[in-house]
This record gives sequence, structure tokens and C-alpha cells, in this order.
Amino acid sequence: MSHAFADMQLEALAEDAWLLRLGETIDVAVNTRVHAAAALLRAHLPDVECVPAYASLLLRFDLDAHKSDRLREMIEAALSNPSPPTNGTREVTVPVWYSDESGADLQDVATHARMSPEEVIARHSAPLYHVAMLGFAPGFPYLLGLDPALSMPRRNQPRTRVPAGSVAIGGLQTGIYPQALPGGWHLLGRTPMRLFDLEASAPSLCQPGDRIRFQAIDEREYRRLAAETGATP
Amino acid sequence: MSVEVIKPGLLSSLQDAGRRGYASLGLGRTGAMDEPAWRLANALVGNDAGEAALEITLAGPTLRFQRDAVIALTGAVIEARADGQALPPWTSCFLPAGTQLRLGGMRHGCRSYLAVRGGFDAAPVLGSRSTDLHAHIGPLDGRALQAGDVIDIGVREPAAWFRPAQAIQTLRWGVDPQPWLDYARVPLGLLRGHHHGALDDASQRALFTQRFVISKDSNRTGSRMDGALLQLEHPLELVSEATLPGTLQLPPSGQPILLLAEAPVTGGYPRIGQLAAVDLPRIAQRRPGDAVCFRETSMDEARQRLRARDDALQQLIQRIAQRLESP
Repeated sequence: MSHAFADMQLEALAEDAWLLRLGETIDVAVNTRVHAAAALLRAHLPDVECVPAYASLLLRFDLDAHKSDRLREMIEAALSNPSPPTNGTREVTVPVWYSDESGADLQDVATHARMSPEEVIARHSAPLYHVAMLGFAPGFPYLLGLDPALSMPRRNQPRTRVPAGSVAIGGLQTGIYPQALPGGWHLLGRTPMRLFDLEASAPSLCQPGDRIRFQAIDEREYRRLAAETGATP
Repeated sequence: MSVEVIKPGLLSSLQDAGRRGYASLGLGRTGAMDEPAWRLANALVGNDAGEAALEITLAGPTLRFQRDAVIALTGAVIEARADGQALPPWTSCFLPAGTQLRLGGMRHGCRSYLAVRGGFDAAPVLGSRSTDLHAHIGPLDGRALQAGDVIDIGVREPAAWFRPAQAIQTLRWGVDPQPWLDYARVPLGLLRGHHHGALDDASQRALFTQRFVISKDSNRTGSRMDGALLQLEHPLELVSEATLPGTLQLPPSGQPILLLAEAPVTGGYPRIGQLAAVDLPRIAQRRPGDAVCFRETSMDEARQRLRARDDALQQLIQRIAQRLESP
């Protein structure tokens, strides 16, 4: 193996699935390599379904189309190609109404971080986050890049219902609930954007590998945008 | 033409081969749990391979067909009465317009499939008519059947193997269900998972020797396994990675969960095994209270068995098509 992913572990997961593992940590550098490997594999093995996670990549083949004993060679060959040109990374701006009303735990997070709610908002909306992966529910982005000062362990008692659009913190991660769901993360605010929309040409607002920036908006702006997107105010 | 749901049964949902290609957006495939049974139901009504069928769990619905319909029931053998007349399973049946089909219980197994000629014609969502009960995506807004639902049935030329008539008719032959049924007696093939070696010695042995029982707390997402609890040698802090139907994961409770058709796309629990794909329909037919034993298998054996099963299925589907043309 001589390619840029020579340190990978390649594990046969199931008859039609391989897992390519590039690390064991939640870390921007490892995750960036996961997305680079996904781009190469998608370019050279277009029939393969690639499912990126934090430090690993699932490859799922159509068993009818490929001889399963040749899959390892095919993966190695695809990864040996030069990285495909990218048209830059997609950057998505997500407006968020941060408040006690729209984010029930804003005060708790501020208390835990020993700072004012205003500073929590400023620090949460400052970074350019990486969409490490989507999971838990369709369109739910797991974002890397949270200011460690805001990190807070999950709630002891998960909520049975977190409102759709909630922007929340869990440990060192932050994310957005695409629909009303049970959840144990701390709620800071809410976005009027629809994270997963079956009517849209691209159903998910976020794609793995995207960058996301949160933009603080006030209640009036939230309600105006919510009326446009049809989000529940 | 359409079918009306009089009583929904315990849990019935429309399923096809599943929704492929959206796992990277957090949306799993879902689809029929017992894929061969689903395929054979479609074959027995002369449908194209991919049509959606109704997957019925443990207790069936009562349905009224508004027009003449040709149906087939496969999977677990289910008690079926059309206007009071018992219908045989695993064959093609003609029901005249207005027939009320009452589906009851199953003596063995957990899931039956009802296919109708022309297919259930719900609008496909992201290329599939499978119901994702967890994400609420698919036919009927992604939920199970409810009383009062009316589901369209696709238009198809009448089945040549039945006379247009006012009477219920059934073929004089059917498919032998025996090779396709599961009586919870056979050990299921399990590949060692990435974290199998992290189990303590006793748990490593127990996984392939002890008898588990499917817990009441099981559904299309996964089957929980009751039995002696399994333990890791040392606790593991893992980073979430992809999971699949058939993945056997071990949450901190020590009670393994075997993920099924509605498996979440990622998970952070230790992965101690992966069920041979050929045995997924078997686990799908085991109900709460049924036993499960695992035997260790290799990837070569698992692939070989899957290929042999698919060849047999393909041949049977061709034979059905031929016999329907000249019954």
C-alpha cells in the first residue's frame, strides 16, 4: 500500500460491507481524512454507498454487481488515485434564535461555564463547525469545533421531546434536531431552517464534510423566517 | 382501485426492498424484514420484483378490497379468512370486489407478507415505498396501518390464471413454504465483530454457546436478547461508527441487541458480532419468547450460503412465473 490512507484498517463488516477506519478519536484532522477518502471512493467506485462517521467510513456494495472477493483490491486501487478536485467546501449559515424561551438550557450552560448567556451565545456562534457525520435522525448533523469552554456532559434525564430546530450541546459536540425527538443534549436556541425536507431537491440541509456557521438572530427575525420555511414557531 | 383498512392488526406496514443511498444523511434503508418471503409473495401474484407488500406482525389486519384482487400470503403462516372462507397460504388467491379479508394470528413465526397484484400504490418517498416507522418517512406518512386508511392498488391486467367471477378462487398448487420458514431451532451464523475480543473470556464463550431468548422489548429496529449478561474485560470508550442490520451490539446493560431492518445508521456501542445476512430472515421470524443460539461462521461460509440461497430463490421465482403462465 502506498497511498495516503496506508495507515487505514480495512475490516470486512458484512457480506456486502467494509469499514475503513482511520482513527479512534473524535478529531477534526481524522474526520477530514475520512471525508477525503469518501470523495475518492465516490469518484472511482460510483456504485458504492459511502457512509462517513467520525473516524471511519462504511462502504456498502451491491453484491450482484461486484465479486465480493475483489472488493479489497478495488478499495485499495480507488484510494491510490490522486484526490479529486473539490469545488471548495460548502459553507452553510444557520440562523439561530438563542434565548431562554427557544433554548431551555441556555441559563444552565451559562452557569456551568461560569459566563453570561451573552458570552455563551457569542462563543457558540463564533466557530466554523465541521459536519463530521449525520445520524440519530435524518438530517441530524454532528458538528465538531465547539469551544471547549462550553462543553457540558449530557443531561442525566433525557427529554422525551426536544422541539424541531433545537440547537444543542452534548459533551464537546453540538448539533441541530431536525424534528421533534427525544434527546439528552442541552438546548441553547432554535433555528427556523428545515434540516430535512423531503420536498427539497437535496433533502438534507447539511451534507457530511460541510462547514456550518451559526448566526444569532432575534425573535422577530426567527418568526419571520419560520413563516417562510413553515417551521413550527 | 383500493383497499380499505377495517382493523389495523398489531403492526402492519408497507415495505419493499428498502430505501438505498441515504445512510450518509442519517436515513437507513428499512424494507422487508424477511426478504425472500416478500419476494415470493410478489412472485405469486405475478408482480414485478420490487413492488411493496404489507408486512404483518403477529396479528393481522382486516381489509376490504373495493375491486377484484389477486393476493398471496407468505412468510409466517397466518390465519386468513376471506368472507369467512379459509384461504391457503403461499399461493395465489382471487378475491372478488367487496371481499373482506380477515387476517388473524400465526402459530409460528412473527411476520407475514401480503402482496396484491398491481402492488400497493403509495407514492414512493426517496425512491422507495418502505415505511421507516422511526423516522416517520414513507407511505402513510411513515406510520403503521390505522383503521380507516385507504391504500391504492396499482393497475395491472387481470391474472390469466383466474376466471373473472364472483367467487373466491385459489390455485390448486402453491409454493412449499418449508425451506423458507424458521422454527427457532437452527443456530444462526454469526461473524465475530470488531470488539468480540474485548469481551471477557466467559462472555466470548457464552456468545457462541448460550441460549438467548428474544425479549419483549424488540421491534423492527432491533431484537434484545435475554440470557446471561455479557461483559467486557475492560470498559471501552468508543467513537460512533456505522451499524448495519445484523450488527450485534453490546450496550452497558450487558444485554446484546441485534439490529434489524430499521437499524440506526451509526452507533457507539461495542460491536461483538454480525449476523450472516442469510440468517436475517430467520431472526425476523423469531418472536418475543423464541430462543436464539449463535454459531460462529466465516465470511466465506456466509457469502456462500447467501449466494446459494439467492440462486434457489431466483430459480423458484422463475418456476412460479412459468407455472402462472400455464397453470
